[in-house]
Formats: sequence, C-alpha cells, structure tokens
Amino acid sequence: MTTTLPEATPAADDSKMWTARLRRSWERNLPPDKLLPDKQPAYVASWIYVFGVATLAALIVIVVSGLMLTAKGPSWYHDSSLGHFVNSLHFWSVQLFFIFMVVHLWGKFWMAAWRGRRAMTWITGVICFLASVGTAFTGYLIQTNFDSQWIASEAKDGLNSVGIGAFFNTENLGQALLLHVCLLPLVVGIVVVIHVLLVRKHGVVPPLDYAASSVAQSDQAEVSS
Amino acid sequence: MIASSVLAVVENPPPYLSVGGFSISVPNAIVIGVMLALFVLAIVVPFPKDKEES
Amino acid sequence: MSTRAATTAIDARPWTGPWRRYDIIKEGVVALVIVSILTALFAAIFSSPDDAAITFKEWATSSPEAFQATAVQELAGTSGSATYGPPYNSNSDGLNVGPLYLQKWAGVRQGVDSANSFVIEPLRNGVQSAEVTAALAAWDKATPDQQMAWATAYDTALTDATAEDGSIDMTKVAAGDYGPVPALAAGLLALGQSGGLDGILTNGGKFFSTNTTNPLLFLGDGAYLEDAAVANHLGGGQWGMMNETGAFPGQAWLWLYSFWYQIPPFSDEAQEPFGANADAYIWVIMGLLSLLLMLLPFIPGLRSIPRWIPIHRLIWRQYYKTLK
Repeated sequence: MTTTLPEATPAADDSKMWTARLRRSWERNLPPDKLLPDKQPAYVASWIYVFGVATLAALIVIVVSGLMLTAKGPSWYHDSSLGHFVNSLHFWSVQLFFIFMVVHLWGKFWMAAWRGRRAMTWITGVICFLASVGTAFTGYLIQTNFDSQWIASEAKDGLNSVGIGAFFNTENLGQALLLHVCLLPLVVGIVVVIHVLLVRKHGVVPPLDYAASSVAQSDQAEVSS
Repeated sequence: MIASSVLAVVENPPPYLSVGGFSISVPNAIVIGVMLALFVLAIVVPFPKDKEES
Repeated sequence: MSTRAATTAIDARPWTGPWRRYDIIKEGVVALVIVSILTALFAAIFSSPDDAAITFKEWATSSPEAFQATAVQELAGTSGSATYGPPYNSNSDGLNVGPLYLQKWAGVRQGVDSANSFVIEPLRNGVQSAEVTAALAAWDKATPDQQMAWATAYDTALTDATAEDGSIDMTKVAAGDYGPVPALAAGLLALGQSGGLDGILTNGGKFFSTNTTNPLLFLGDGAYLEDAAVANHLGGGQWGMMNETGAFPGQAWLWLYSFWYQIPPFSDEAQEPFGANADAYIWVIMGLLSLLLMLLPFIPGLRSIPRWIPIHRLIWRQYYKTLK
C-alpha cells in the first residue's frame, strides 16, 4: 500500500504569507544591484559625497577601538600605555566621526537631500546625530577620571530638570557603563543601518534644478514611452 | 602614572581665544576650522571625471 | 498635478539619465583605511587627556575647613544635594518651565539621605576615635529637632566666618551650642584625610557597588570640584560644556547647547523665572530645535533655503556643464 503525499500549495497563493511578502518587498526595494551598485548617476561627482562613508568608517574605528577597551575593562587605560593608546584611538575616532558627520549634514542640507520622498532619510540622519551625541555623552561619563566627575555632576542638573534624571542617573557609573557599551551603540547601529538602507533604496537625490529642467521632461518622455 | 593631576592645568593652561563673551579653546577652534575647510574644499575641489562614458 | 507634487514625483523616480562607474566596496575599504590611518596618527602624536579623579583624601587634605563646612551643611540639610528635590528627596519642587514641573513629576526615584549617607554612616562604618564614638552616641540620643538645631547653628557660624574667597578662618567661628556636630565634622575630616572615605561612600558598607551617586553628590556639594573645573575652563559660564581638560578638543558639537548658558537671562542664576530654571528652559529649547531640524523637510521657508542660496550650483557644476 502506498501513501500519497499531499500536493504542495501553489506558489501563486502566498499573498497572505508574511515570509513571501517580506521577501518580495525586499526584492522590490533593495535588489542586489541597489545594495551593491557598480554605477551611480552622473551627477554624483563631488567630494562632498565622500563624507557619508567617511562618517561610517569613523564609526567602525570607534566600535573596534571601543571593543578593545571593553575587553580590558574601564580602568585599563589609566595604568597601561597600550591601554592609553587604545583610548587615544577611541578619542580621536570620535572627533573624526563628528567632523565628518557635520560636513555630511551641511552637504545634505545645501543639496536639500530630503526631496523626492526622502524625508525619512533626513529624519533618520538627524536621529543618528542626536543618538551619537547621547552615546558620546555616556562615554564621557565612564572615563573614571576628573572630567567624568565634573561632567556627571553638571549634566545631572540638566537631565533632572526635565525629569529624565530620575531614570537615567549620570552619577551611576554602572548604569552609564552598560548604556555606553551596550544599549546606546545598539540604538545608533540600528538607526545607521536604516539610514543607509534608505539611501540605497531611494538612490542619491537628483540636482535641485533637475526636475524643472527640459532634460527631466525628455527623460520623463522616455520613461513613459 | 599615565594620568596627570587636575592641578597641572594651573601650571600649563591650554590656550583660549576670547572675543567679547565668546570663548573657545584653540583645539576646538581647530576642529571647527577643519570642518569648515573640509566643507569648502569638498565643494570647490574638482572631482575626477568618469573614466568610461556610460 | 501641482508643481510641487510634479517635482517630487520626478525627484523620486529611478534615475534614467547618464551614469558613471562606482565601486561601493572599494570606496568603503578606502575610507576605512584612510580613517584608520588618520586615527592612529592622531593617537600616536597627540595622545588623549586623562586627568586623575579627585579623591576625598585630596579634598580633605587641601581644604580641611571647607570640607568640614560641607559636612555640616549635609547635617543641617542646607547643602546642594539636601535641598535638591527630586529625584533625590522631596525638599524642593525642583525646576519648572511655566506650569510644567517635570522634575517633580518624575518623582523621588534615586532616594538620597544626605546627612546619614554622607556623614553619619561613613563615621559609623569607619575607624572611630573616642571623640567620634562619643559624638555619634550624643547624635543618636538626640531628637531630630535637636540634631537640626545643632547643625543649623554650626552651619550659620561657619558661614559667618567664611571670607569672600570661600576660605574659612576657624578662629573666627563664634562659640555656641553645637552639640556633637563639630566633633562629627572633624571626625569625617580625619576619615577623609586618611583615605578611608573613598570607597565607603560608594559601597555603603556592602562589598559590591558600581553606583557612584553618593560620592559624586557629596563631592559636588563642596567648592573643591567646581574650583578645579573652573580652573580648567569647564565651568558652565565659560562655554565649559564644549571644553576638555588639557590642550585637547572637547565636544564642539555641543556649541549650541552651551551657547544658551552664556546669555542673559540664562546666565544669571538669580533671575526669575528664566535664570533660576535655566537647565529646564534650555532643555526645552534644545528639544524644540532638534525637532525643528528633524522635521526640516516639512517646514516651508526653512526647507527652501538651499534654493535661495545656491551652493548646489557648485556641488553639481560638473553635471550642469554636461547639460549645456
């Protein structure tokens, strides 16, 4: 006696399946040639465009140097010259990170890069900036030196004045340490990934005068035909 | 001991630029100057043309 | 379709114009290598700041009178932390922005009893001299009202003997009924100078603790920490929020947050209501400005500035040339 396996469900009837819908959305919005392109619009021809990737590169150096500090604990850098050097790597990569991010922000502002339904790209970018400032702040809190004593003592007043201090205690070294090496880098990382994926999805914003130009009209005629 | 004393600043104060009520440390002024310089240079310096016309 | 909607649609659609070669992986790797080299160069050449933390031993040894005066303020309930209000205690309503008492509404979630945590318990847990043992016994036997009367009287006497520069001439302190308070203050001073106070305030008699709230609050109640900060240009009214110890760049990105503290009315702590509540007002201002920056794409006028000041003509000049 043979048993017959039930026939597989036809592929066309997966419109309600979460997996299929997610996969199709991903294929539609972020196909491989958008994620890893080997060409870009001809107008992407200015050194201002390197500051996004420069900011990302600095973030990677921050994380790697931070991981080295994590491996040896928060007091290592006070007593070890190698530790102090790694701390210096972390310190200067943060300076470079903010320098590149600010130049990137200025460039995107003067390009009005939020045009063409790219508002979320701009918004996530600003959130990246604010989250980075907050993460850097917790970093300053965990230096376990004079600077961190003063910063904790002063910053608590601002946070307390609006009630945040009741939940985030700048003077609690343990809390600040875990926020800095765990929770906040995760937040920054997630927002950065979303921001970069949005750039890949929408493409680099066209020049400001493009949409109104006759070139756009003829491009549009080509698309419509 | 790698760490230095906080009182060392009294002997070696870092330089500050003060104009009216505005005061900035020279290192900070350099950082902001670098931001501005990079921005201007990025916009003004020519970008290499594409090697292959597509 | 309106012009705005038509423009948006064109800017949103996939690019159909000319392309140029682009190697995204190569760009990423080159950027990483350059930034890594730059970072390593700066680290090797300039190093990084690390001014040692202030210890209670250092404070008690350098400023014994001021240290004792701060201890007395904790007992009298007149210190900064004792009169702070939430989240440490209910002895004040805290700051407000008009009808918004956000500091109070968050509640007392980090309860701190300044008198006991900073003075009495460390003395009890520390090595005690005969004088301290007797002083603690007298303190414990007294009613809270009596304790407050002694502490307040001695606090007043010390304040009266304080010169303009903050120094205290102990010979000028008036005689009075201060109970065991002078002995308690002297006992805490001795404990501080021996180095025994560092550690006790964090651990509170327990083995493990990573919560440094108590020692930081007590340290912040005295002038020693602030004096050191001001000497390093880190004070609030010196654009200090942007600065770093030593000849190092600080937090240049905090320029706008730091700016508000430099201008009236926020620069005058005595000015009501703005100066006295500067921390709260400035947080609200910065919150609103951050929201403004975030929502820029939707704000008419602000979002048109790039059109009015056409820096983009420089950025895209290579492309504009090909159009001609």
